[in-house]
Amino acid sequence: MINAGIDELSESHQADTQVRPYATNTQTTDATMTSPERSQDNNSKITVEDTDFFYGEKQALFKVALTVPAHQVTAFIGPSGCGKSTLLRCFNRLNDLVEGARVIGRICLDGQDIYEPSVDVTDLRTRVGMVFQKVNPFPKSVYQNVVYGPQLQGIRRRSVLDGIVEKSLQGAGLWEEVKDRLHHSALGLSGGQQQRLCIARALAVNPEVLLMDEPCSALDPISTAKIEELLHSLKEQLTVVIVTHNMQQAARISDLTGFFLMGELIEYADTKTIFTNPSDSRTEDYVTGRFG
Amino acid sequence: MRARIKKFFDSGTLFVWFCGAAVAASLLMVGGVLLLIMVNGLGFFWPHALVEMTLKDGTHVLGELKGEEVIPYSQTKEFPEGKTRVRLKVGNRDLYGLDFRWVDTDHIASAEFPKDVVAFERREWGNFYGRIREVSRGEDVLATGNQEGWKALQPLIGQANDLHEEIEHLQRDVIGDINYEIEETRLRIRELELRGQREVPEVAELQVATRQLETQYQKHVATLRTLSNQLDEYSVLLVETNGREKRLAAGQIVEALRPNDMGLFEKLLRYFMNFWSVLSEEPREANTEGGIFPAIFGTVMMVLIMSVAVVPFGVLAAFYLREYAKQGLIVRVIRIAVNNLAGVPSIVFGVFGLGFFVYAVGGTIDNLFYPEALPTPTYGTGGILWASFTLALLTVPVVIVSTEEGLSAVPREYREGSLALGATKFESMLRVILPCALPGILTGLILAVARATGEVAPLMLTGVVKLAPALPLDAHFPFLHFERKFMHLGFHIFDVGFQSPNVEAAKPMVYVTTLILVMVVIVLNLSAVALRNYMQKKSKASAV
Repeated sequence: MINAGIDELSESHQADTQVRPYATNTQTTDATMTSPERSQDNNSKITVEDTDFFYGEKQALFKVALTVPAHQVTAFIGPSGCGKSTLLRCFNRLNDLVEGARVIGRICLDGQDIYEPSVDVTDLRTRVGMVFQKVNPFPKSVYQNVVYGPQLQGIRRRSVLDGIVEKSLQGAGLWEEVKDRLHHSALGLSGGQQQRLCIARALAVNPEVLLMDEPCSALDPISTAKIEELLHSLKEQLTVVIVTHNMQQAARISDLTGFFLMGELIEYADTKTIFTNPSDSRTEDYVTGRFG
Repeated sequence: MRARIKKFFDSGTLFVWFCGAAVAASLLMVGGVLLLIMVNGLGFFWPHALVEMTLKDGTHVLGELKGEEVIPYSQTKEFPEGKTRVRLKVGNRDLYGLDFRWVDTDHIASAEFPKDVVAFERREWGNFYGRIREVSRGEDVLATGNQEGWKALQPLIGQANDLHEEIEHLQRDVIGDINYEIEETRLRIRELELRGQREVPEVAELQVATRQLETQYQKHVATLRTLSNQLDEYSVLLVETNGREKRLAAGQIVEALRPNDMGLFEKLLRYFMNFWSVLSEEPREANTEGGIFPAIFGTVMMVLIMSVAVVPFGVLAAFYLREYAKQGLIVRVIRIAVNNLAGVPSIVFGVFGLGFFVYAVGGTIDNLFYPEALPTPTYGTGGILWASFTLALLTVPVVIVSTEEGLSAVPREYREGSLALGATKFESMLRVILPCALPGILTGLILAVARATGEVAPLMLTGVVKLAPALPLDAHFPFLHFERKFMHLGFHIFDVGFQSPNVEAAKPMVYVTTLILVMVVIVLNLSAVALRNYMQKKSKASAV
């Protein structure tokens, strides 16, 4: 049923691209105009070209186009229901699960359209990891949580798995805290530790991109600070796309910021520009706290 | 005033009272049922005292005191309270024709509890209450008098029980094995005949083997006859309280007690021995005496087979409905149908089981795999497998519903988290969703077990019998005999309580069987609950 939906999606998208193959170039949008310089080099990781998104009849994204550069932290901000999470979930095709979801447009990872029928979705999801708003470690031990992804890829050797666990937990800054309780239930950890475990779990499959959907919204300030710190080190290895409600957070951690409103990408630029010298008045209203 | 009443009503105090009263009433009813069963059932094992009454007409009555009541319509001017009468279990069915007797309190001259009276449990005719006159071997008198006879009898009872055990062993194990082999060889010959290989050397060999087996059989039967004769070697002359004599072979006695001469400790010991023998022995005398082991065994085994059948079936169906099927009108209709299936009267399932499993499936199996045994059906008749399957069908809605509930309780975040790590839908279900839904599945199993253990009606059509010749599990390959008929505690209650010739005498057995049925349900349920808690602990747990 879902597969059928995917086929349908890909078909409609193909039709769309055939009709307007150079949509991004022909239609100049705010986003392309304001795209920062560094996105124009070959360093782009994800490119979104002129993408519409529908939940059944309801359109959630309108002609969004942007480029996410590699080894940078890109933040999406905007009020609730503005489509920032929807776009994020398009990057690993998690929206496929939603009945009636349709993508029209082109989303490429390293130049490869991820909505092509030939794309293996599970393979895509190992390349694009995700951390969720609601902290969701599986009700298993810490160890089992981390090795979940690698085991799916067929890694069975205990020594290899042990290495992955240590490396991932260190990558998530959790190793020192849990190394003595690897085989205890993950649900016994604190909220912040659980979220970092989720990050470690995502890191364990060596993703190229890490999507974070409001990862700190359920955490206390200290845990939040730890995760923010973590992001700085993570961007050495991978590309981070983070959705956040918290504008201070976006200002602190991201290199680039995109502002969404009602399903449209209003402005996309250097974080500094967005927060100090936005070109759109709506962006200015939002970041200065006049609405939203 | 009205305002105050309204305020009182709105405060919810009244509501709390009603809620409490509802709980209290339920507890009272459950407690009352359990208490009734326990008092009647557990009292059965106690060695009751024997009272000997002398009536005003000079006759005597000896028996267990079973109760006292006011004689109906006996209230007169002299006796405003009414006259009373007592009920005695006098035993000696072969002499009196009845086990029980009413005695008006008016007629009793005196009553005492003599220490020398003996209660015999016999293999036939129920209990005998009386005294011993003499013990003899053939024509030779070994001992005379009650006291001497009692002493002389003790070793004989032990011997008789050993003999019975040996006879039992010969009959069931040795001769049973030979019969089994003769039957197997007969079927093998028949099979060869059906294939048109009447002349192959194997047939001749098999016939020789059959003759050898028959010779062995004759030999064992001869031994058996000798043993049976030994049972009659010793005899005891009993005398009932009014002086009528009765000669009884020692082999007929299961045990002899002097209940009035027993101390508390001795009675307690006897109590537990009686309890154990009911649990472990086979029934005697049309199920009204002896034990109920085959019924316990049949009940437990049937429930286990049912569980093995119903869980995978229900879980797979629930997974399809919840995880794969497109949620829409059809799934809704199916769900309603499944829920309604749970409300269909169980006898309807029995009829279905008989028609579908026994005749259609079983008949086909017989034609395909057991043609040599026809026209005797193998699977084409009621058996433990078909009974279990019928009950599985009866309980599958429960498992589907609770599995679906378990599945829908798994947070969406777990599914998404798993998929986001590159798992396929199937891998997510197997490794994350199924473990999380396991408590729900096991809750379904608990409900199914509780329902199935108590169900009798469908079993009567699909394989339960009053007395099964063999357990469905024994030492003959393939050990589990799914085609065999079996005994069941629920049916045993019905049979003993309502189908036996002597209902009053069987009443304690009914209560005992009920008690044990309740205990079996509780034990099966508790083990399922323990399993669920263990699984839950394993999946969540240790937050230290």
